[in-house]
Amino acid sequence: MKKYRHVLNIGIQNSLTYRFNFLVRSLFGLIPLMAMLSVWRAIYKGNGEQGRGDVVGTYTFAEMVSYYLLTTIVDALTAVNEDDWQIAADIKDGNISQFLLKPIDYLWYRFCLFLSGRVTYLAVAAAPITIFILCLHKYFVLPPDGLALGFFLVSVVFTALLQFFMSYTMAMLAFWVLEVSTFIFILFAFEYLASGHLFPLDILPQWLERVLYCTPFPYQLYFPISIYMGKTTGGELARGLIIQFAWVCAMYALARFAWNRGIKKYAAVGG
Amino acid sequence: MTMNLKRYLTIYSALWSNSVTRETMFKGNFLLWIFVECLWFGLQLSFIGVLYLHTDNIGTWTKWQVVMLVGASHVIQQIFQAFFLVNCTNLSELVRTGKLDFLLLLPINTRFVVSLRQVDLGGFVNAAFGGAVIAYAAHQLHFIPTIPHIVVFLALCLAGIVIHYSLMFLLATISFWTVRAQGIVWGYYNLFNIARMPDEAFQGLFKAVFTFAIPMLLVSNVPARVLTDKLEDRNTILLLLAMSVACFALSEFGWRASLRRYTSASS
Repeated sequence: MKKYRHVLNIGIQNSLTYRFNFLVRSLFGLIPLMAMLSVWRAIYKGNGEQGRGDVVGTYTFAEMVSYYLLTTIVDALTAVNEDDWQIAADIKDGNISQFLLKPIDYLWYRFCLFLSGRVTYLAVAAAPITIFILCLHKYFVLPPDGLALGFFLVSVVFTALLQFFMSYTMAMLAFWVLEVSTFIFILFAFEYLASGHLFPLDILPQWLERVLYCTPFPYQLYFPISIYMGKTTGGELARGLIIQFAWVCAMYALARFAWNRGIKKYAAVGG
Repeated sequence: MTMNLKRYLTIYSALWSNSVTRETMFKGNFLLWIFVECLWFGLQLSFIGVLYLHTDNIGTWTKWQVVMLVGASHVIQQIFQAFFLVNCTNLSELVRTGKLDFLLLLPINTRFVVSLRQVDLGGFVNAAFGGAVIAYAAHQLHFIPTIPHIVVFLALCLAGIVIHYSLMFLLATISFWTVRAQGIVWGYYNLFNIARMPDEAFQGLFKAVFTFAIPMLLVSNVPARVLTDKLEDRNTILLLLAMSVACFALSEFGWRASLRRYTSASS
């Protein structure tokens, strides 16, 4: 365990050199968010004027604003940053050879770096995000009770694990293909839509929402937020958490499997 | 003058054939990138589709008008990407590694060669998809644009591309001051998201900033308004053109000021 603590430490120091990049990224990220909220405000306003009611799906305007603010928070907590690119580059450049010789597991090594990246990002981005939320505090709804908040946090942990294992598995493609970036972008496109980055999934037609729930994507973002907002409760919540955990295990197994297969093919180019 | 122009055209065609050679080396990758861009374009369109499940208009923009807007924005972005994006993001690498030395020594305008070194051919294919979506949206709107409509539209798209290029190039010149400019350049890329949103959704300070300082809300909204016959105020055309000239002048000023700071690296 001690060695991984060192990795964590080094990782934090490393990513601290990018603190300026992190700050810029979080600030620039707020601009499209503001634009998105403006579009929704215009929609609610127009709907109100035309007597179409003041909810979209099951969301009031305040809930819709909260939804997007929560996506920003969960993203800051769980999104992989450049881990997948770095892992792919490690494989391509032959840097993983040293891990085959050392008594350290590459997956957990990368996981420590992922964690340290998140910790640093949070430290930098917390201030701008908090200020932004405080500016919109009258639209920021709180979870219905402490229990929902607790399950939300559990689910966020699963989300982080799921995000990491999926990216790790994707990066394993670097054993077989030269350019993984296209594949990463394709996966990212699906994630962007199906995990609820663009809009809450329950404003979709119900059949489509059900189809999406057969994939791991909703569990990467939408699911924890729906717990926070009290849209997923009771038996549905318990079942959802179990399925989310199952996806985490499945992705972990897949990541291990891909690594083992890849290592057999690995030629240590330039390593 | 004509000699000079001819010389630059010869140089540029050489750069083109270089880029074509480079793309043909990785054909599979070339096609995959087009697929990725199509996927993201489809994503934007489906977002509009979902929004309009729950409303009839955003401001006065109806569904197919917004589709037209997203299409126009895609065309502008992709043409910009084809000519300039890679070159803008590469500038900080050129500065960091000192490779800019070689370009400065060439007996041609350095900004010309820095800005146009590589062509991303996929951008043209993607722009064509955007054009197809525009045509389909026009069909849905039962609007047949006349030749003047199309000419004005294309001219305004060009102005939009100049704005994107000038602002991104200006941000890229920050690399002369700090090595961390790449993050800022990609940050600007985020702002493209605003360009495809209907201008009427915005108000107050946000609208003012993104109209008069960083004219994201003009770049594709004005051309789309022309093509949907939605232009209420002809002055916005003049504003867009003026902004593109101003942005270009500003970027030239920034480029010259930054270049003076260049102190090569490891040479």
